[in-house]
Amino acid sequence: MAANPMYQFNVYRIGPEIKINNIDISFTNASLFMVISSLAILIIFNLGTKKSIIPNKIQLLAELSYSFISKMISDTAGSKAKPYFSFIFSLFMFVLFCNMFGMIPYSFTVTSHIIVTFVLAAFIFLGVTIIGFIKHGLGYLKLFVPSGVPMVLLPLIVVIEIISYLSRPISLSVRLFANMMAGHTMMKVFGGFVVSLGIVGGWLPLGFSVALTGLEILVAFLQAYVFAILTCIYLNDALNLHH
Amino acid sequence: MLKKIIFKVLALSLVFTYSAQSAESGGMPQLNPEFWISQIFWLVLTFGLLFIILSKFILPKISNNLETRKSQILENIETADKQREETEKKVKEFDKIINDTKVEAKNFFNSERQKVLDDINNKRLSLEKDIEKEIIKAEEEIDQLKKTSQEKVTKIAIETSSDLVKQLIGEDINKSSLSAIVEDLSKKEMEKHNGI
Repeated sequence: MAANPMYQFNVYRIGPEIKINNIDISFTNASLFMVISSLAILIIFNLGTKKSIIPNKIQLLAELSYSFISKMISDTAGSKAKPYFSFIFSLFMFVLFCNMFGMIPYSFTVTSHIIVTFVLAAFIFLGVTIIGFIKHGLGYLKLFVPSGVPMVLLPLIVVIEIISYLSRPISLSVRLFANMMAGHTMMKVFGGFVVSLGIVGGWLPLGFSVALTGLEILVAFLQAYVFAILTCIYLNDALNLHH
Repeated sequence: MLKKIIFKVLALSLVFTYSAQSAESGGMPQLNPEFWISQIFWLVLTFGLLFIILSKFILPKISNNLETRKSQILENIETADKQREETEKKVKEFDKIINDTKVEAKNFFNSERQKVLDDINNKRLSLEKDIEKEIIKAEEEIDQLKKTSQEKVTKIAIETSSDLVKQLIGEDINKSSLSAIVEDLSKKEMEKHNGI
């Protein structure tokens, strides 16, 4: 079944089956790539903490990422979002590295699984909602009542606002998951064409495959960025209630 | 006819169920809940650890580094500015000194030249005075010479003529008559000279 473009998303156990209270928490290939991504982030950024006035390449990378994300947060969520910097930094780096490791052939893309992205998005959603209620109390519910709306339309608008608010975790998780899955499936399909068309006709899909690889690397970065920036925007709603 | 249609429908449904079954068996592994709990568990574990290590150990170091670098750069810029100001001041002082010395040198040169010119002038004037004196003296001498030379010439002429007469005739002649003749002649000669 190696030719099946969905085969790459299969999760399988690595090592023994681990069960706690009849719940299966075995180490799988997905877990392996989560660990690899986290370790890569830790190693790279730990190498980037050297104390020197003129930074070396890894240090420059770490510091540029630091200021990039710091600027992104202050641009979208303002200065109040400073305490959440390390969470958003970890989130962005985790998603980015999982996406990027997924670009290596025969590897596994952690973020192409809806459950992973949904857990992240749900955590963000819950966290943002809790922060909103802590900061504004019940006044946070004003988020659903935009100012300057005629009274006649208000019930409709409130319903729409509540639905859009509740659909945030779904849209956030499905966006990342679908982008990753679609891109990898497409690459697999074109890769299959290369094999089936052989040396005569395989060149065209091969070219497509190469172009798609570039596009997918771009998408991998972009989706991590979008994921992080949407988190910032939700955080901004919770921290600075505009309505 | 009816049999044919029923057969076709059956065949079609068979095809559809077959394709649906194949899609299900090779469908999206993402929707298979077998490893969902495991994925959630490992996600929480790895991401949690990543977040804790990044926020406790690594990010503070990076931000600290950035801040120290910023402050150091600012400090360096400040000292550089100070040093630049100092250099500008020094350059100005240097320029001033050079200008002063130039003016001084010019003044000195001018005064010396004036002195030399004055000296030359003085010397020339005194020389001219001397020369004038000499000229006046020489003219006087010439004048005197002119005067005396006429008397002497007449005397010599009288003497030679008296000697000539003595040798020719062998006797002395009255000198006064001779001198009268000579004077008359020389007068005539002089008139001849002056008359032209």
